[in-house]
Amino acid sequence: MRFGQQLVLRDIQLEVRAGETLVIVGESGCGKSVTLKLMNGLLEPTSGSVHWDGVPVTSLRPKQLNKKRLKFGFVFQMAALFDSLSVFDNVAFGLEQNPGLADGDTIDTVRRLLRDVGLNFDAVARKRPAELSGGMRKRVALARALALRPEVLLHDEPTTGLDPIMSDVINELILQTASSGITSVVVTHDMRTAKRVADRVIMLSPLARLEPGEPQIIFEGTSDEAFDCTDPRVSQFVRGEAGERLHDPTAA
Amino acid sequence: MSTATLPRTESLIHVLGARVLEAICLIGDLCLFAWRTFGWLMAQRPRGRMLWQVLNEIGVRSCPVVLTTGAFVGMILAIQTYDQFAVMQMENMLGTVLNLTVVKELGPVMVAIMLAGRIGSSMAAELGTMRVTEQIDALTALGANPIQYLVVPRFIACLVLIPLLTFVADAVGVISGWLVSSQLLGINSFFYWKHSLEFVRGYDLFTGFIKSILFGASIAVIGCHRGFHSKAGADGVGRAATEAFVHAFVAILLINFLVGTLMMRLDRLLFPAAKLI
Repeated sequence: MRFGQQLVLRDIQLEVRAGETLVIVGESGCGKSVTLKLMNGLLEPTSGSVHWDGVPVTSLRPKQLNKKRLKFGFVFQMAALFDSLSVFDNVAFGLEQNPGLADGDTIDTVRRLLRDVGLNFDAVARKRPAELSGGMRKRVALARALALRPEVLLHDEPTTGLDPIMSDVINELILQTASSGITSVVVTHDMRTAKRVADRVIMLSPLARLEPGEPQIIFEGTSDEAFDCTDPRVSQFVRGEAGERLHDPTAA
Repeated sequence: MSTATLPRTESLIHVLGARVLEAICLIGDLCLFAWRTFGWLMAQRPRGRMLWQVLNEIGVRSCPVVLTTGAFVGMILAIQTYDQFAVMQMENMLGTVLNLTVVKELGPVMVAIMLAGRIGSSMAAELGTMRVTEQIDALTALGANPIQYLVVPRFIACLVLIPLLTFVADAVGVISGWLVSSQLLGINSFFYWKHSLEFVRGYDLFTGFIKSILFGASIAVIGCHRGFHSKAGADGVGRAATEAFVHAFVAILLINFLVGTLMMRLDRLLFPAAKLI
């Protein structure tokens, strides 16, 4: 996958198994969020292909693509709530846009979704996203994604910018949705999140830090295995140590 | 969006070539964007609430700037033209030139330029912010088409309201021009209006109307296009807003010239016996 002259992802072979929670970790700029957007069909790979249930995404017509994409709920890094809409309208957006997904009355559905993510409907429904805290925004974004009744939930940096308690609340919500049978893919820097929610962890490395021909996925295993990994790049990341990176010219 | 990139060896020829390629790619991309907008306009009605919000923003909130522009265009035109006509002792013909210029040329162009600054830039900044905060991606992820949801309402609003606002500005320009001519410059109102009615035809109003429709469409398409392709960060959004205005400004001048030429030829073809000043 490249953007203009810049190559971001190379030789990635990744399979997400139904029902698992896969956590993708890695340094900033290694292409984690791009991987997530490729999975959802928001980005088209410059070469290679993405398959949904064995079907190449590029073979789908725009209408089919849109319909199938609704099986994915996407919780964006900064929540990406629509500024001009209230919390209620944000959560109800997917239901109004896709009437076939509505499960009874929209108000009741939104009330239930907000309750599921720990928010009080009467307190927040009329508020605008700008009036919410970071954690509340993430929870509203999760409720909005769950409104589509997705089979797969994609979380982009779910705990970034949140305090430890709110991070734990979000982690708990990820576990709750996973326990209901939803497949989850979580992109994060936060190893506490990885340790808490992951069935499987993979680590991506920025291309600039790889030898020619070396695979970009430098680790695959459980979170405990990540902490025990002998590869210095992996252990340095999971332990959060600066090491030689402090003076590393490629870090820029 | 396909864009050309500067080659590494930056000789003058390379740089010029890359710039030309970049401009061609931009125009091509803009045409595709306009085509998709038109396709969605035909395929699906926009959401009523979204359309209402945009109509309010573009129509109601633009009234003060449009009224001010119209008033000053009429007044300054009267002041500037008077001396020339006085030398030829044709002061009574002032209304003809003034009203013709306002409805056919200056009214539509000045209003479009003001609205390109007010609306075009604001659309680019708003959609650019939505782009960089991933709200446009979120729309796609939720099954909405961003062009249908965001661009079509703005396109409709500009297409409907900019001609309407131009008409208002024309009316204010004509009245303010008459007030200055009659009250400040001492021109007889009877002759002012008599000559105006003799020479300003429905066709002239129609020319201004056609121009304002095309100006409206170009402001909407360019503003939204720049917003959709905004680069990340405050700098990227700011640049998108600036580009929206500059590109719309150039488009307005170009459309004005092309439509002006076309309508003039059509006029001669359809009304060969029409009175000219």
